[in-house]
Amino acid sequence: MSTELPVLTKKDFQSDQEVRWCPGCGDYAVLSAVQTVLPKLDLPKEKFVVVSGIGCSSRFPYYMDTYGFHTIHGRAPAIATGIKTARPDLEVWIATGDGDAMSIGGNHLIHTLRRNVGVKILMFNNRIYGLTKGQYSPTSELGKRTKSTPAGSVDYPFNPLALALGAGATFVARSVDIFQPHLRAMLQRAADHKGSAFIEIYQNCNIFNDKAFAYMTEKDSRAEQTVYLEQGQPLVFGKEKDKGIRLVEGRLERIELGREFGPEDCLVWDEAFEDPSMAFRLAYMLPPEFPTPIGVLRAVDMPAYDARSVGQIEAAIDKDGQGELQQLIHSGELWTVKEDGSISRGDG
Amino acid sequence: MTTDVKEPSPPVKPEPERQKLGEVVVRFAGDSGDGMQLTGGQFTATSAILGNDLATLPDFPAEIRAPAGTLPGVSAFQVRIADYDIHTPGDAPDVLIAMNPAALKQSLGDLKPNGIVIVNTDEFNANNLKKAGYETNPLEDGTVDGYRLFSAAISTMTRRTLEDSPLDFKSRDRCKNFFALGMIYWMFSRPLDMSIDWLEKKFSRRPEVAQANVKALRAGFNFCDITDQFQVRYEVEPARLTPGTYRNVMGNSAMAIGLVAASRRSGLPLFLGSYPITPASDILHELARYKNFGVTTFQAEDEIAAVCAAIGASFGGALAVTTTSGPGVALKSEAIGLAVMTELPLIIINVQRGGPSTGLPTKTEQSDLLQAMFGRNGESPIPVLAAQSPPDCFDIALEATRIATRYMVPVMVLSDGYIANGSEPWLLPNVEELPDLRLDFHTQAEGFAPYSRDPETLARPWAVPGTPGLEHRLGGLEKQDGSGNVSYDPHNHERMTELRAEKVERIARTIPDLEIDGAPTGDLLILGWGSTYGAIAAAVNTGREAGLNVSRAHLRYLNPFPKNLGEVLAGFKRVLIPEMNCGQLALLIRARYLVDAISFTKVQGKPFFRREILDKAREILEAEADVN
Repeated sequence: MSTELPVLTKKDFQSDQEVRWCPGCGDYAVLSAVQTVLPKLDLPKEKFVVVSGIGCSSRFPYYMDTYGFHTIHGRAPAIATGIKTARPDLEVWIATGDGDAMSIGGNHLIHTLRRNVGVKILMFNNRIYGLTKGQYSPTSELGKRTKSTPAGSVDYPFNPLALALGAGATFVARSVDIFQPHLRAMLQRAADHKGSAFIEIYQNCNIFNDKAFAYMTEKDSRAEQTVYLEQGQPLVFGKEKDKGIRLVEGRLERIELGREFGPEDCLVWDEAFEDPSMAFRLAYMLPPEFPTPIGVLRAVDMPAYDARSVGQIEAAIDKDGQGELQQLIHSGELWTVKEDGSISRGDG
Repeated sequence: MTTDVKEPSPPVKPEPERQKLGEVVVRFAGDSGDGMQLTGGQFTATSAILGNDLATLPDFPAEIRAPAGTLPGVSAFQVRIADYDIHTPGDAPDVLIAMNPAALKQSLGDLKPNGIVIVNTDEFNANNLKKAGYETNPLEDGTVDGYRLFSAAISTMTRRTLEDSPLDFKSRDRCKNFFALGMIYWMFSRPLDMSIDWLEKKFSRRPEVAQANVKALRAGFNFCDITDQFQVRYEVEPARLTPGTYRNVMGNSAMAIGLVAASRRSGLPLFLGSYPITPASDILHELARYKNFGVTTFQAEDEIAAVCAAIGASFGGALAVTTTSGPGVALKSEAIGLAVMTELPLIIINVQRGGPSTGLPTKTEQSDLLQAMFGRNGESPIPVLAAQSPPDCFDIALEATRIATRYMVPVMVLSDGYIANGSEPWLLPNVEELPDLRLDFHTQAEGFAPYSRDPETLARPWAVPGTPGLEHRLGGLEKQDGSGNVSYDPHNHERMTELRAEKVERIARTIPDLEIDGAPTGDLLILGWGSTYGAIAAAVNTGREAGLNVSRAHLRYLNPFPKNLGEVLAGFKRVLIPEMNCGQLALLIRARYLVDAISFTKVQGKPFFRREILDKAREILEAEADVN
């Protein structure tokens, strides 16, 4: 019998269910990228489990021909934690949105990241509630006018990358639905990461929040408004590679390259730096002052929760041997009542 | 006075009188830092090994360390030992050990008339009296008239005993509970060796601590031997228990061991998702120690994550459990609904406590029955089981596993603070006699439909990730019968609603008929469920001895009810339902069987007394006799 795995294709990961997102939704692009990357991971299809919460993006598992679990609002990371901890052999991917992950499920998200459970979290950020038809979300910009905030929202948004970094996430990245090659690369990186992987995916909701990211996704502005993070490379951007980011007196600063400054003056990116504070500063590079960073903000190797949990069980069995049920029941101070009614200490 | 001038001989205490008792109830009460739970536990362990039947009731404050000497800081432990088969820790103590004025104040009213009070006089100073709310010293102002008072300077004598101990002053003082224990051992003719063994084992790395406590224990014993105050020693003979090997067990511990047993007997690895909550946390603590049984314990960030992780583990093929109390169940309800919809096996253990909201965390109640039955959105029936005694928690864990895995359904197990922390002797089972719970996951890819059903149980197949060819999606949206695809079809929804209910109803086919203790028909049936078992059984036994025509039955299955319940109820003129709530089972029984049951309720955070139930039964029977 051959031990070689059958070669899987994108088609193997497409379920027979009709995809029911709105035409033009960014979710299609993310689904396509995932269905392209997973077959290339050289893993049997039955090892994949896609877990989601509630919301448009959480329909994701139905469209994947893998094991899947469309759970309840906000709870995908908790259910995925149970799956991964009970079954570390499985590849557990989470599809969630900014409402699902950052609002109702915020607690589970941060704790999953803190524990470094070996799950991949794809957070589709469209900065709006889609399935409930257009209320503002915890990532909507201040002043957002929606059905539930006709006078504009008065609460400040979350910065998802900063939140993930603050929770101690060991892999944090950002990509964009329509940046397909980049998105696929990020998915591949997440797949290779051993602990929790968190990817914020800017995703356009063309019905309730169209063009939310247009400032940086339009062909003519893309190069000026984004900076690609590449390991060991200086933070240089712009169509002509004529702009950069430097660190000066503890602050990030946007600089023009050419006369005064060159690429050598720019911050050289190190995603593997254990201290997350520089990644945190990058997460706060906001428009219009700064280009939006795209790529890996943090990738550090730390043992995953599931591996540690299994490790403790294995260590206990190594140390004490497989538990004996009879012995467990018959432990503590025992006494035995004999047929004649006499009593003795101990087991019979 | 004589004028004989002889050499004075040392005073010799006459051999104390020995008196046999059928049973005795002892309450140890002191400050929460005084080690009363431990002292009571030692008295219990020694009595168990002497063969007494017994039942215990700890009563401790919700605060970890309430201010020393105050009423909220009192921690008490009640134990009843007997030479016959008993069911409860007793209505009222015969003996009270009060280590300070607050303990006296809190417990004196419960003591039987002419009962024995042993007090640590050292603690009855002005400051402590004030903290306990006494204006004058109760030992001197007549408060304890009507009781037999034994005063002992326990702190002083302990300090004197340990003058040579290498321990610091504070640590020496902590040995005073063992001095008190020694006194009780003398009074009830108990040997010291079992507690000495225990101390030496427990403090094997700190022999000076073991030695100091042993010394205090002996000193307390010897003090009673010498002092004239104590003239009577009591003896409680062994009970005639069913032959076999026993240990004393608390409900939470029996539950934890039962879950491990269920894991072994089913061949499924045990996964516990839990969030600490009184009075359920000890199940988490105990299971966390059983890693070499392949047990995974996950202390989640909240109650919701705890149940969700368990649901995820169940999807992955584990025996999944979540343990909590009522407030936790409230938070878990939506996720339990998900387990209903996805038809995954799950065990939810609710160790009930008192009141709505935070309520009375350390006190007992049975007020989550209707929550267990109906506390979810939509039509979402689940099986509900209730443990009736501490050892029964072991059996109920196995039975919950059988139902959850055979029927692919979440199961709610109700325990409560009373049986969780109370203890009774447990007749230990042999492993090979435990139910065989082995099962096979579905592996057949051909014709696989995630929501196809077993014709007998209506269970859908358990197909776990990692199995080739069975890739499928579960979720909270309504499922198409058979395929499990999302469906909004109105008739399909109705059919699926009926199927989920029918599946739970069919469990009744495999549960035993309700047994009646006593005549199968008659004037009065006392129907109970859960932890009222002991008080009801004791009341019925006493009532029958007094000639009352009363039978009883106890429900371990609340949903579905045993098949013959209607028939049982029909055999009696009156049905009395005692519950530690406002009549929740009574509501169900009335609704289901149109029986005019009499609800008898108690919501004081305390279990029923035998006397209360007996009085009520008598009142009903007398009224019935008047009518006839």
